[in-house]
Amino acid sequence: MDTTTKVIDLEKVVIKFAGDSGDGMQLTGTQFTDTSALLGNDLATFPDYPAEIRAPQGTVAGVSGFQIHIGRIDINTPGDIADVLVAMNPAALKANKNWIKKGGTIIVNIDTFTKRDLVKAGYETSPLDDNSFDGYNIIQAPITKLTREALKDSGLDGKSIGRSKNMFALGVVYWMFNRPMEQTEKFLQKKFAKKPEVVAANIKVMHAGYNFADTIEALPSSYTVLSANLKSGTYRNVMGNQAIAWGFLAAAERANKELFLGSYPITPASDILHELAKHKNLGVKTFQAEDEIAGICSAIGASFTGSLAITTTSGPGLALKGEGLGLAIMAELPLVVVNVQRGGPSTGLPTKTEQSDLMQALYGRNGESPSVVLASSTPGNCFDWAYMASKITLEHNTPVVLLSDGYLGNGAEPWKIKSTMDMPEINPSIAIEGEEYQPYARNEKTLARKLALPGTKGLEHRLGGLEKEDITGNVSYDAENHEKMVGIRAEKIKRIANIIPNQEIFGKEKGDLLVIGWGGTHGSLYSVVDTLLKKGQKIALCQFNFINPLPRNTSEIFKNYKQIIVCELNSGQFANYLRMNFQGTIFHQYNKIQGFPFTTIELESHFKTLLSK
Amino acid sequence: MEHLTNKDFTSDQEVKWCPGCGDYAILRAMQKALPALDRKKEDFVFISGIGCSSRFPYYMNTYGFHTIHGRAPAFATGVKLANPKLSVWQITGDGDALAIGGNHFIHALRRNIDINILLFNNEIYGLTKGQFSPTSKKGIKTKSNPHGTTDEPFSPSDLAIGAQGSFFARVVDTNPKLMQKIFTEAEEHRGTSLVEILQNCVIFNDKTFADITGKEVKQNAQIILEDGKPMLFGSEMNQGIILNGFKLEVVTIGENNVTEKDILIHDAKEQDPTLHAMVARMRPPEFPAALGIIRAVRFSTFDEGLLSQLEYEKENAKFKTVDELLKSGETWEVKS
Repeated sequence: MDTTTKVIDLEKVVIKFAGDSGDGMQLTGTQFTDTSALLGNDLATFPDYPAEIRAPQGTVAGVSGFQIHIGRIDINTPGDIADVLVAMNPAALKANKNWIKKGGTIIVNIDTFTKRDLVKAGYETSPLDDNSFDGYNIIQAPITKLTREALKDSGLDGKSIGRSKNMFALGVVYWMFNRPMEQTEKFLQKKFAKKPEVVAANIKVMHAGYNFADTIEALPSSYTVLSANLKSGTYRNVMGNQAIAWGFLAAAERANKELFLGSYPITPASDILHELAKHKNLGVKTFQAEDEIAGICSAIGASFTGSLAITTTSGPGLALKGEGLGLAIMAELPLVVVNVQRGGPSTGLPTKTEQSDLMQALYGRNGESPSVVLASSTPGNCFDWAYMASKITLEHNTPVVLLSDGYLGNGAEPWKIKSTMDMPEINPSIAIEGEEYQPYARNEKTLARKLALPGTKGLEHRLGGLEKEDITGNVSYDAENHEKMVGIRAEKIKRIANIIPNQEIFGKEKGDLLVIGWGGTHGSLYSVVDTLLKKGQKIALCQFNFINPLPRNTSEIFKNYKQIIVCELNSGQFANYLRMNFQGTIFHQYNKIQGFPFTTIELESHFKTLLSK
Repeated sequence: MEHLTNKDFTSDQEVKWCPGCGDYAILRAMQKALPALDRKKEDFVFISGIGCSSRFPYYMNTYGFHTIHGRAPAFATGVKLANPKLSVWQITGDGDALAIGGNHFIHALRRNIDINILLFNNEIYGLTKGQFSPTSKKGIKTKSNPHGTTDEPFSPSDLAIGAQGSFFARVVDTNPKLMQKIFTEAEEHRGTSLVEILQNCVIFNDKTFADITGKEVKQNAQIILEDGKPMLFGSEMNQGIILNGFKLEVVTIGENNVTEKDILIHDAKEQDPTLHAMVARMRPPEFPAALGIIRAVRFSTFDEGLLSQLEYEKENAKFKTVDELLKSGETWEVKS
């Protein structure tokens, strides 16, 4: 045994755990994430799993993966390709063969490289036996066999033993990156508190994996990734969906409102419902409705009654909510609709990410029905944008659509914990008992009307989806009134630009290339712009979070660059929106519609081409 | 509490239903029923969908919301959950509740949320000018089916009972006193109260309920059920309903040795809905149509359940503020 294993310090590393969708890869990845976060690494994660709960075992379609990028430097993306791949079966190896760095390390569970499993993965012969993976460091670990061996006296049945093998893989990777196992041990003790035999078995298998890696000579060195240089403060890991839920909780508390969520389960947005359903202690009322429509309609009912009301969904659900959203626009009620975007159209790619619902959010309703549209851009800032959406909707009494996406929703990163008192004040626009009340009288500056909540004496009034008479809010079919009200509803949204901050840029204030992005592409665009700035290029990034209205200084920014390129995970929806708003400006496009985020490699290569012109 | 009258519940909006529409009588009955309830005016909320009946909230001087087609139960649910102290009334029609809104209708009943649903059943689409509805009698000829419908109508009572509804009452628009009584009982019932109002559309489906409400026939064509009382009807009150095997039967007291003791006693509080469903299904000419409160069973309600969970969690949870939540779990310090 080589007791003098070298420890090599790495700046950053990308690790991918891949296996069958029943192999526990998401849990394995999450454990590695939590341990790395506690060591102070900066990180970003990307879970990638099939839409089916248990796709046919052993097939490429059933492969579930979890990629994590850790570093002692600033990490903004989950990484393009992996330095280390854990492949629990041949299908996992096949699915990831193009996503592993040449010369990288591949740990395979060699026990699964049987004829049967190879055939299921579509291999005629083992790719380990030909030259498919020449140049890679392949570690053939008999994970199934050694897990069984470790647990032969545990008294567990064969199925339970089989389920523990992900812990073996985790143990191997913990050894490779010099990570302590205590955090995972604590986690297992808590998760299986009622099954001590399962706790003991999982811990034993994890140690077996760790010791296996320590013993075999296939791994000549182990690596360490030191803690990152994050700003001082208290940190935790957050996922985007969780951060959205927490942003709403914080907003409700600061606005002194009850939080109401009406929702229907849909991938990849359901975790927001799950998270909020846990927090009845904070006064949150969650209502799992009979469908998407009832989700938004119950939220509008709660809003009319005085709650901070939200509904959460993904693309197909937003389509169903369109009529409800139109009513909230007509009735001028506060409401936040969260759309965690996925691949479309129709059912599309439920578990993959895309930014193709922008036009739907902006225009997907009958009549002229403008809505505020915001987009979060990192897992952590989902908190801030949920808060901002709540503030705008409560103060202006008009609905807000908040766009996130599957990549942000399921992705995690270290988050410097905020205090609710760090967040801006929220002053809901509400009429009080005794005041002269006209339902459609408006604040001169913002054009926001005031709500009068049921239960308030003397302010009884009727709302509805029929056109409203200005001031009184009575039903009106008057031609000129209708045109006036259409104008007021549009102007009200436009004036929100007066209270939002100016658009910021990262990089050169004047230069050769302005990279424009919006929402969840921030991490990859930022990384590439940062790299090119360091190489001396005159480049900048302008990542939008306010989509409608756009910040007031937007056109000023555009004037300072020779070329502008709009990068988005659709066919050019934001680019077209900008063309409509800024006629005469030339916007180049870079688009990708594969269900995956941009890689930094493809972006860098494309930007370099533009810069050399 | 200040004394309220029907005028307090009358809004300043001109009522725009067709002359002779049954909706006028329902509106008047509601405006008379509400002052008698021990409630503040500001605590009433009327929620409606789309259709002739759904204009109702505009004419009530209460909080009101005229929403979108079929979805009123979902809005009403949001209102009730957001403020359980409110008295929430949903106004709907046979198209609104049973066609486009069928899903929300059955789920409100299943959850047993404490709202009152008034179903104005005129067996026709009025506002879209006369197409058949899910309760139209089979064979009816309308613009959208000029050769006669071939679909079977829904029975609202069967639908409600099938969805585990806890309260079902039926009334005709020609009986204002019974309407007022039923509205009061619906409000007092905890859970989803469904009131089917047989309402005449003078324009598109006039006299569709004439076999029940016609002046000449009504005494023998209606039976007004009262909890704990025998099921008797007729001009002489000498006809009654008995259970013969698994079927209901109309009998006359004094004939074939039938005495009042043989007549079924109405028990609205019986949990088993079998007899409620059978009675509610009765129709002329074989039977009188059952009016009154057919079913009123106290089950736990959705809003009670949610509120008790909230109270329990507030008292027993680890943290009371959002800041405590944000700092909970695994955290670490970074020092500069």
